[in-house]
Amino acid sequence: MFGYYFWLAIHGLKRNRIITTLMILAIGLGIGASMTMITVLHVMSGDPLPGRSQHLYVPVIDAKPAHENLPKRATPDDDLTWPDAMYLLHAARAERQAAMAAGPLPVHPENAAQHPFFERGHYVTADFFPMFDTPFLAGRGWTHDDDEAHARVVVLNATLSQKLFGSAPAIGRSVRLKNVDFRVIGVLDHWQPQPTFYASIDERSFGRTDQFFLPLQTAMELKFDVDGQLSCWSSGGDARSSDHCSWLQFWVQLSNPASVQTYRDFLADYWREQQAHGRFPRPVDPRLYALMDWLSYQHVIPDDLRLQLWLALGFLGVCTVNIVGLLLAKFLRRSGELSVRRALGARRRDLFLQLGVEAAVIGVAGGVLGVLLAELGLWSVRQRPDGYAQLAQMDPAMLAGTFALAVSSSVLAGLLPAWRACNITPALQLKTQ
Amino acid sequence: MSLPPVIASLSRHKLTALLLVLQVSLTCAIVCNVAFMIIHRSEQLHQPSGVAEDELVMIESSDLDQNAQPLVRHTTDLAALRAIPGVTSVAAIDALPFNRNDWSNGIALSKDGTAITSATAFNGTQDELATLGLHLIEGRHFLPDEYIPLDSAHDWAGIDHVSAAIVTRALGQKLFPGQDPLGKTIYAGDGPTRIVGVVDRLTRPHTHEDDSNDYATLFPMLPDTNEIIYVLRTAPQERERVLKQAASVLNRLDENRILQHAQTFTQLRAQYFQHNRTMISLLVAAALGLFAVTAIGIGGLANFWVQQRRRSIGVRRALGATRTDILRYFQGENLLIVSAGIVVGAVLAYALNLALMEYYEQARLPPAYPLACALSLWLLGQLAVLGPALRAAAVPPVIATRSA
Repeated sequence: MFGYYFWLAIHGLKRNRIITTLMILAIGLGIGASMTMITVLHVMSGDPLPGRSQHLYVPVIDAKPAHENLPKRATPDDDLTWPDAMYLLHAARAERQAAMAAGPLPVHPENAAQHPFFERGHYVTADFFPMFDTPFLAGRGWTHDDDEAHARVVVLNATLSQKLFGSAPAIGRSVRLKNVDFRVIGVLDHWQPQPTFYASIDERSFGRTDQFFLPLQTAMELKFDVDGQLSCWSSGGDARSSDHCSWLQFWVQLSNPASVQTYRDFLADYWREQQAHGRFPRPVDPRLYALMDWLSYQHVIPDDLRLQLWLALGFLGVCTVNIVGLLLAKFLRRSGELSVRRALGARRRDLFLQLGVEAAVIGVAGGVLGVLLAELGLWSVRQRPDGYAQLAQMDPAMLAGTFALAVSSSVLAGLLPAWRACNITPALQLKTQ
Repeated sequence: MSLPPVIASLSRHKLTALLLVLQVSLTCAIVCNVAFMIIHRSEQLHQPSGVAEDELVMIESSDLDQNAQPLVRHTTDLAALRAIPGVTSVAAIDALPFNRNDWSNGIALSKDGTAITSATAFNGTQDELATLGLHLIEGRHFLPDEYIPLDSAHDWAGIDHVSAAIVTRALGQKLFPGQDPLGKTIYAGDGPTRIVGVVDRLTRPHTHEDDSNDYATLFPMLPDTNEIIYVLRTAPQERERVLKQAASVLNRLDENRILQHAQTFTQLRAQYFQHNRTMISLLVAAALGLFAVTAIGIGGLANFWVQQRRRSIGVRRALGATRTDILRYFQGENLLIVSAGIVVGAVLAYALNLALMEYYEQARLPPAYPLACALSLWLLGQLAVLGPALRAAAVPPVIATRSA
């Protein structure tokens, strides 16, 4: 029976070749565009630290003056000042905590013939490595004592280690960053979470990697350049160490809801205590963002990409309405034929099945075309000069999901017309012929 | 032709007609907003920056010698760069339109007063205005004795002591609405700074959506960090050569530095707006795609209806209707459906616009867009229906006498 309906469907579709082709094309385009954007947003909203992200939080305490007259920013600025970050670090009320900032530094290769080059890195504190569970190829991170002693040690990422020392072991070797020698104590195994969630979030959060990590206090002592936003609301003194310039990122690890609440209370207490000293004039409102919440709050996915997704879905919507309308007109046109079948004893559900198969054939064909177009779309996304471009790949699960969604959406689009068409009154239709 | 029979006929295809109305209205709503975005983004793409864009090349130099005297180094470098044949002017500067390196200060009108707005500080050596090609519309250039170092070693303390400033026309109007900003005093740092000149336009390193795009101040402060941008002005066709030569000249003077981002201003601008261009092409593709799908919908549906009504068309023809009557009938039907779609679509367009204003800081949709969209949809509908309508008009009256 099913085979026969399938044959009938093909036959029915062949009768209006051009319209059928256009229908398949329209649904294929809609599905292809939507799937491209769904895939891009899916890979970009992935968890950069699976298994750990739910325990990682960003504390936000706002030291800015009560009436700040600054223009509206695209992303909120929730960095900490040096004294506040150091207080939270030394209070050590979370299981682990680390303060950090980004810094590009000139790297001098040992081989004097090689030209110095700039490399992106991060200035961090000891807990950074165990808290983010960074994979070490060799060696380890440093200790709290190293932090306090302003140790001149560095952890390299695999690429920079390779570039500087080739395949030779890097541990114990020395690397000159800016004008200071650092001892390599660890090498990371190509650690490049996407996005670089721990850094301040901007339009380049995807696609960049840090190639070295050195103690924040050491960088501060050496007055190394810091990359990223520095926002000051008062002047005087050294900006980096002052209590009126925010520029540091801070992360804490809290493993259960109780400790999250305790930490929030601790932040509130600190805020109130600082108010007594004339700082933190804004109402006490400490916030703790879990990693994934932090990423969405900071708009890690560019607004333009979201807009592109909505656009693609809108397009799919119009295509679907289009298919529903065309199939309806097509099926209703065959009222006569369907009435004859009904009069000859076919049940409603037989007609429904027959028309459903015809809709499904269009759906499957549109789905196949859609998947092909989505691959083409993702290829074109990969040609964009953006950091996220290389992530735009469709995995098998996504592919299967895509196809299922494509077929089910167009079959659903065919159901309304099929149901409407099999509900005709046979006698009336036959009489009018 | 009169409308009542068309409506009567459509009421027998309520669902199909409604679907077509829905499709047209969705298309209208989306295309209106998409067109608005396309125009807006194209404008951004072409907004002038105030500098001589076709004549500028730049190169960033980072001196690795920590004991170097940056001011001395810059002077030496500039002299060597100026000697390159074809270079008309050079300057060492710390910011450029579209280079994303923004140092903004709150500008107040009294000491410790509330900042009225924030503006980007552009600092550079004496030839900065001439090199960038800024148009001084009022006042004068900086005098040689007004120049002081930025004092980056002490938290850029130069801003507290600088005596003169040149502002953009936009900033002048913001700070002193309806007055001449020339000679007025502003506070960017702790000390008073007198406005000695006004330039026509200078765009900030990051573009902004509103008037604040041009809120910029120029100060007579010499950049004194090891990292510096050298800007060279030359004839458009000489740019590539000058750029290559600049790199080798700088390396010959001192090897112990890293040169980065050697590029023309045109390239800098293209890079800055790369996203915008991708977005514009996607938006155009989406709008065209929507029109195409809607045309398919209209044409396809008309095609089915013509096939379905062949007998009634034959009867009408046999009863004396001319070919033109039949043609007009289908055209009228289409006009009715598309018009209904446009009315609903215009409402939807504004609803969508409200959502976009909420989430994407989109401006309010000007009425010209729904109007233009309506015109194009009417035209599109008429074109899409023309084929099936002509086929309907060609149905011979004799069909009436045959059974279906």
